[in-house]
This record gives sequence, structure tokens and C-alpha cells, in this order.
Amino acid sequence: MSDRNAAFKLVHSDDQNAILTLSGAWLQGARVQEFSVLSREMQSGSLSHLTIDGSALEEWDSTLMAFMLQCYNHCCEEGITFDTRALPASAQKLLTLATAVAPLKPSESPREHWLAKLSPRRLANQSGDIIRQSLGFTGEVTIALGRLVTGKSNTRFEDFRHFCYQAGPSALGIISLTSVLVGMILAYLGAVQLQQFGAEVYVANLVTIGVLREMGVLMTAVVMAGRTGAAYAAQLGTMQTNEEIDAITTLGISPIEFLVVPRILALVVAMPLLTLYADMLGIVGGGIVAGGMGISPLQYLSQTEQAVAIHHLAVGLIKSVIFAVLIAVAGCRAGINAGRSSAAVGQAATEAVVTAVVYLIVADAGLNILFQAIKF
Amino acid sequence: MPSPAPEAHISVRDLTMAYGDFVIQRELTFDIARGDIFVIMGGSGCGKSTLLRHMVGLLKPAAGDIYFSGRSFSGASSEEQETMRRRWGISYQTGGMFSAMTLAENVALPLQLYANYDKAEIADIVAYKLALVGLGGYQAYYPSEISGGMLKRAALARAIALDPEILFFDEPSAGLDPISSRLLDDLILELQQSTGATVVMVTHELASIFAISNNAVYLDAGSRTMIDYGNPVYLRDHSKQAIVRQFLTRGDGTDTDTDTDTDSEQPKRPGHE
Repeated sequence: MSDRNAAFKLVHSDDQNAILTLSGAWLQGARVQEFSVLSREMQSGSLSHLTIDGSALEEWDSTLMAFMLQCYNHCCEEGITFDTRALPASAQKLLTLATAVAPLKPSESPREHWLAKLSPRRLANQSGDIIRQSLGFTGEVTIALGRLVTGKSNTRFEDFRHFCYQAGPSALGIISLTSVLVGMILAYLGAVQLQQFGAEVYVANLVTIGVLREMGVLMTAVVMAGRTGAAYAAQLGTMQTNEEIDAITTLGISPIEFLVVPRILALVVAMPLLTLYADMLGIVGGGIVAGGMGISPLQYLSQTEQAVAIHHLAVGLIKSVIFAVLIAVAGCRAGINAGRSSAAVGQAATEAVVTAVVYLIVADAGLNILFQAIKF
Repeated sequence: MPSPAPEAHISVRDLTMAYGDFVIQRELTFDIARGDIFVIMGGSGCGKSTLLRHMVGLLKPAAGDIYFSGRSFSGASSEEQETMRRRWGISYQTGGMFSAMTLAENVALPLQLYANYDKAEIADIVAYKLALVGLGGYQAYYPSEISGGMLKRAALARAIALDPEILFFDEPSAGLDPISSRLLDDLILELQQSTGATVVMVTHELASIFAISNNAVYLDAGSRTMIDYGNPVYLRDHSKQAIVRQFLTRGDGTDTDTDTDTDSEQPKRPGHE
């Protein structure tokens, strides 16, 4: 920074003319008086011609140019002619560049307040949109599935295989961890209560029924919603950004058939298998805790054998198929309808997980009521 | 290791670029003088953008070094690298504007981080930089709300926010109509002349190469090294390499075989872009 501070001085030579003298080093950090000071000085008198005198200028950078631009714009508005011939040549050039295009007038409607986004009416409209979109999307998927059955679809089997691998074997690690832990949690939960009645051995029944009917499939679904549902949304959202979905549409292929159907089918195939796997590991997890409480493995096994019934298993598997469809639909819908920026892709992934989890819990509650009613 | 030329602003010495074992270009050696408008040329897929990414420090050289005013970039500590980077302005191929911020916030970000301005001054500087690229009044717009050409210019406004000493451009005029592309060239030229910055750009646009650049390097995809270096107008008329003359005359050169450009395209390995 220079010793000589940047400064300006306005001298009215007569009623209509004035000279603006710039002096000092107009560099970053130089504390120049604000432009409003100058514009107030210019108000006085009927000024019609302003000459800039830059002969006392030392070094300068964008600080000067930003100031000059304000000056220029102000003069334009007030109808004052502006003479910059005494400025350094490069500054004149830059100013010419900066003023070559007339600035865009700020639009009439000001941007709304951020709180307006929270108005209940708008939120209701948004939820309505999501539900309508989801219904429309489900309809399109149903039509595409119909075409698949009649053999007229453009779904590629290789894609389906690829997504099966992504949704199945690559998820085994995380599913193993969560299901063993869920089995253990259930066992602890039950053990404390059952011990009061001396009925520790029934921990096995509790874990088995709990895991088979509810926890195995629900935990798998939650993991898959975060893992695969979000991935679907991000993949399709990025494809939307890259104009891949446009390209598919203009090739005459339905993006639903080409992109969405293989993903949904893959998850529908993978989820029941993962659920079976999660059920087994959940029971093992319960066994670990039971062993710690003095129940022998043999006791645990025979008790489990009694508790396992085909209808408990079926409940879990039916749920897993329904959950798979919900997760895949939530993920793909969010992705296909994503906007075209990186922020929009992130939003789509969030929306995919949130809607999937909400769908899961609502559907789970509904199914439980149904199964209770038909005593299944 | 050869030493950098003392007067050069940027010196590339024996640079070899590779992704793992896959060599993109080897043994590149050239100098860029202060105030040059330097163009990196070459057919598609020859590694031009990769060279630019090496120069701005996004990728590390497999061998060799790049010197800025005689100081090695990869040999510098991370604080020194930060200081060096602050004097650069970079405009990426697709703009690289932060989509969650308005144009004004995009341009203001480097100023808030690294410059000694108060809030009102930043607003003035942002207004000036946007006006320079012809986007005056677009402060409150988001990158998704403006066209591709405007996005390129907005990226330029962010690149010049800190009055950089070196400006890097990756395909500045790709996807622009001829008039906008010409205006962008003029803008780059004017900015270079009035600020004295060194400009390094990757471009295919012959018109803009001849209009504004005074020095260039040609990277050959077939031999995977640079095969010529110098003023593009001179290279067009006098290069010893037929392929360079062809490139600079859109294949209308004196030579008979014209399909070298497409043949020499290197395959891109998946995941390496």
C-alpha cells in the first residue's frame, strides 16, 4: 500500500462544467471515500460535463476501475457527458470494455423473502406436486412393465444384470453388519423383560419372529434406501444434467423403459434375497447375546426351530418386494425429475432418501395392520 | 534436471504426464514469457486439457517440473503453492461456476477470501468485473439461469476477480457463436494489454489463435510429445511439421494426406477424464 492515499476532488469550474481530479495510489486496501460522497457533490449546480483528470494518479488496479464505472453509470443516468481522455490509456480501454454493454435493469419483481418458502400453502402445494408426480411416475412404470411383459420394451438385460450386482452382492457387507447388530439389540431388549419371568429361553422366539417379520426387512430397506435409492437418484440426476436423458428420449426410447425399469427390477430381485440373508444373520446376532446369558447354542437353535414358521418368513418377503418397489420408485422419480445443476442432483438424492423412508414406514404400518386383520 | 529460463514467466521442463502407466505426453519443454498470450494446440484427445491441469497444479507431473517465475510449483510447500495460486485466474471448460451461488457471490468469493476489501468495495468491484464481461446487472442471477455463453463470461469475471498475473483458459470460446467468441477474444486481448497478465489457453478456434496469440505449442497425439513451438502465424507458414501446418490451415495445407488428425486420436481409458 502506498503512503499517498487515494483521493478525489471535484472542482466546479463553472455552472455546467466540473473537473474530477484523481490522485494517489488506487490500490486494493486504499480507503477511498465512498462514491455516494461524490454523487452528492455532483448534485449541486446544473452539471452537464465532467472531465476526469488522472494526471496525479500513481498505481491503480480494479479499485479505480470500480469507482470509475460507478461514476460513468451515475453520469449516464443524470445525462452528464463524461470525458476520460486524461485517464491512463489502459484504464480508458478497460472502461470502454466495461461500458460496452448496457447493464441489465434489475427486474421489476424483487426476489421473495426466504421465509416465503415456508408458507403452509406453498408447502402443501409442493407435497401435492410430489404425490402427483409419484402417481404419474408409477403409472408410466406400470405401462413400461406391461410393454416388458409383451416383449415390446427397450429394456436391456445387461443393465438389469449390472444393477442386480450393484444392489445385491455389493451390499452384503453393510447388510451383514446391520442385521447382526439388530439381532443383538432385539435380544437385549427382550432378555431384560423375559428374565423377570425366568423365561430367558424365549429370547430365541422373540428374536426370530421380530427379525423375520419386521426388523430384518425394515433395516435392509432403510440401508438400501440410503445406499441404492440415493445412488439411483444421483445417477439419473447427473444423466439429466448431462443431457443423456434428452438423448435417450430423442432416440425414440422411453427413459422409463431404458433407465428406470432395469433399476426397479434389479432391486425387486435383490431385496428378498438380501432380506433372507439379513434374517439369518439377525438370528445369529440374537444367538450371540443369548449365549452370553447362559443359553446353550443347542437350546437356542431348537427354540428358534419351533419359532420359525413359513408365514413369518412370507410376511418379511412380501414386505421386501413392496419396499423394493417403493425405494426404487422414490429414487428414480427424484432423479428423473431433477433440475440441471449440481445442487439439483444433491437435492434429488436427499429427496429420494427422505421420500423412500417415509414411504417405507407408512407402508410398513399399513401392512402390519393388514396382516393383523387377516391374522397372517 | 535442467533449470528454468530466468526471464520466463512459466517454464515447463521435461514434463511427462501420465495416468498411472498410461503416458499422455512426455518430455515437454517450453517457456512462456511474461505478457504472452500462449496457446496449447493439438488434435482432440492429445492431452491439452491435461497439460493445463498440470500447469494449474490439479495434477502432479509424473516427471519433470513446471516453474513460475523460476520457482518450482510441485517442489513448493503447500503454503507457497497457495500464495502462487492466488496470483492465477482460471476459467474452466464448462465454467465451473458454483451453482448454489449467484453470479455476484461467485465473483465475490475470491475477493472475500484473499483480498483486503470491505463489503461495499467488494460489491463495487463485483459490479465492475461483471460489467467488464458484459454482464452488468446480472449480479442476482444463478448460473443455471443464464446461457452457456454468459456462463463462460461469468467464469472469466471470477477468474479476473483478483487481478491475476496469469490467466488460464480451457476452451474459452467452445460453444459460443462467432460474434460472442470474437468479443471474448477481444476481451481477453484487452485485459491482457491493460493488465499485462500472462494468458495461457487451450483452444481449437483457429481464428482466435491467429487473432490474439503470439506464442504456442503443438502437442502431437501420435508421438505423445510436443512437435513444434512458436508464433502460430509463423508455424502456419513455416513449420517443418506437416501436421502442424495442416492443423493451422484446417487441413487445406500443401500436403496431400489429410486424415492425420483423426487417426492420431488417442483412446481415452475409462475413468480418466
